[in-house]
Amino acid sequence: MSEEGMNPRRRRLLVITSGLGVVGTAFAITPFVLSMLPSARAKAAGAPVEVDISKVEPGQLLTVAWRGQPVWILRRTPAMLDELKKDENLLADPNSTVTSQQPAYAKNLGRSIKPEYLVLIGICTHLGCSPLPRLVPGAPSGLGDNWPGGFFCPCHGSKFDLAGRVFKNVPAPINLKVPPYKYLSDTRIIIGVDQKEGAA
Amino acid sequence: MQKLLAWIDDRFPLTKVWEEHLSKYYAPKNFNFWYYFGSLAMLVLVMQILTGLFLAMHYKPDTELAFGSVEYIMRDVDWGWLLRYLHSTGASFFFIVVYFHMFRGLLYGSYQKPRELIWIIGVVIFIALMATAFMGYLLPWGNMSYWGAQVIISLFDAIPWIGQSLSEWIRGDFVVSDATLNRFFALHFFVPTLILPALVFVHIVALHKVGSNNPDGVEIKKKKDAEGRPLDGIPFHPYYTVKDIVGVAVFLIIFSAVVFFGPELGGWFLEHDNFVPANILHTPPEIKPLWYFTPFYSILRATTSDMVTWVLTPYFAVLGLLALFSVRQFLTKAIVLIATVAILIGFFTLEAKLWGVVLMGMSLMLFFFLPWLDRSPVKSIRYRGWMYKLALVIFVVSFIALGYVGTKPASGLYKFIAQVGTILYFAFFLFMPWYTTYDKTKPVPERVTWK
Repeated sequence: MSEEGMNPRRRRLLVITSGLGVVGTAFAITPFVLSMLPSARAKAAGAPVEVDISKVEPGQLLTVAWRGQPVWILRRTPAMLDELKKDENLLADPNSTVTSQQPAYAKNLGRSIKPEYLVLIGICTHLGCSPLPRLVPGAPSGLGDNWPGGFFCPCHGSKFDLAGRVFKNVPAPINLKVPPYKYLSDTRIIIGVDQKEGAA
Repeated sequence: MQKLLAWIDDRFPLTKVWEEHLSKYYAPKNFNFWYYFGSLAMLVLVMQILTGLFLAMHYKPDTELAFGSVEYIMRDVDWGWLLRYLHSTGASFFFIVVYFHMFRGLLYGSYQKPRELIWIIGVVIFIALMATAFMGYLLPWGNMSYWGAQVIISLFDAIPWIGQSLSEWIRGDFVVSDATLNRFFALHFFVPTLILPALVFVHIVALHKVGSNNPDGVEIKKKKDAEGRPLDGIPFHPYYTVKDIVGVAVFLIIFSAVVFFGPELGGWFLEHDNFVPANILHTPPEIKPLWYFTPFYSILRATTSDMVTWVLTPYFAVLGLLALFSVRQFLTKAIVLIATVAILIGFFTLEAKLWGVVLMGMSLMLFFFLPWLDRSPVKSIRYRGWMYKLALVIFVVSFIALGYVGTKPASGLYKFIAQVGTILYFAFFLFMPWYTTYDKTKPVPERVTWK
């Protein structure tokens, strides 16, 4: 059946039916593709987690799981908080300008609601490994004498400070993520629920 | 018997298919060592499907049960350890055989006209094989399985706009989880049992349409005898079936030696970190894929922001200028100019992480373009000049070096080697149009050379 020899009406019908066939196929594929999205159960499993922080000693790190990810709760000592002001020129984004990486109420120097308690998702922003705590400053952490204390990702060598801010010229492009969280009382926090704006 | 055959032939083209593809398929008579690996790849595919089928009778794709069910196969299922070691060793040997098979193509120009489609289908098979191996690696739910999948799926996050949703769609969750394990098991069964054999079938149909290449790169169909049979061809069956059986025997000796004496091969075929169940709170000290992925993984890790600024920018600027002066048509010139400028702007505006992913993807995609990047009038390395020979040596050395440093921490000397290796790897493809054009070739004989 050559192109020229084709009846124009037949040709038009062929184009229309083929076009409808393609649209129909697209409709038929949709449920299959959508079935692969996170299920209702997976979404519900993102339920908030309550944590008792009263037992965390100053300088100690607590790791809990939320949405299948490690979440760190670090109780910072005054010395650690002082360190945050000094390392600004080593950091790629010292003022936390990337808005996706923390809720608005944690966009401050310590990237936290109360400066003492840091809450962070312990997943490297490079390729999703979990960095290791290297909280002690200087040589004992094995990251050189100038190390201010922070976190080190063993996979590809990214470094973060004690507020989860990323260092310059490491593979990770942005700061570690601060999850939404709020204080239920002075000693209990809930991870996965936003703090009301203005309240602290 | 003759009557039965005739009865069948009237209803199904049995004799016709047998003759077309075996007893009257004329293959060049000068096949050498490198021509074993196509049939060996098919052998390994069948072996993987069979051992996989029997493993699937005992394995459980559930994060609570998966690791334990693999231990159960190893300890309690009769001969289960053999099935699993055949399957895990088979995976590594699959890649060894396929890498040799692809190298044969580079040696003798088997991708050149008229075999472009065979080559392209082959690259699709290679990518499907990589996807299958990657998904299979998650199934034991060891700690390296978990974090390896976590890292590789996170690569999709780097794609602007849709990255985050795409990786959630692949995982079926916000992190690698039960949903991910379950679908990877389904796909790890579906792709190699249905898709791979279908692709291999098409690969061979295309091969038998144009005929096999050979170490001389001579088209044997050009010289035929009075009955239309190529003068330099011999029937595939029985000549090459018998030859391939010798190859199979030698292959199985080596393969069995690994299965029975060193299935872990010192951590190269089964990684030590994977003998611990997945732990979502603890990354293994060094995340690395199995050896067959490390060349590509090295390219990913080598792409730091310093590398993009100080090496890739001048590299692509030079390449763009070179292309601009070499192409003649105005339209092509404009396209080259726009593409180069776009890439260079991208280098300064987009994150290095994205470029790492792009380069890793490119390192695979460039294989598709090989038939058109190669401008040489001859196929076989026997008649090519020093430039292609040198380029191929550099490519093989950089591929092996990238593979080796991919198993090591990405710092210091290893990182430097990975960066040099990345540059050389891409140079093989990207400068190919020039060095194959200016290379001095030797005259190709009329008939295949034969001792």
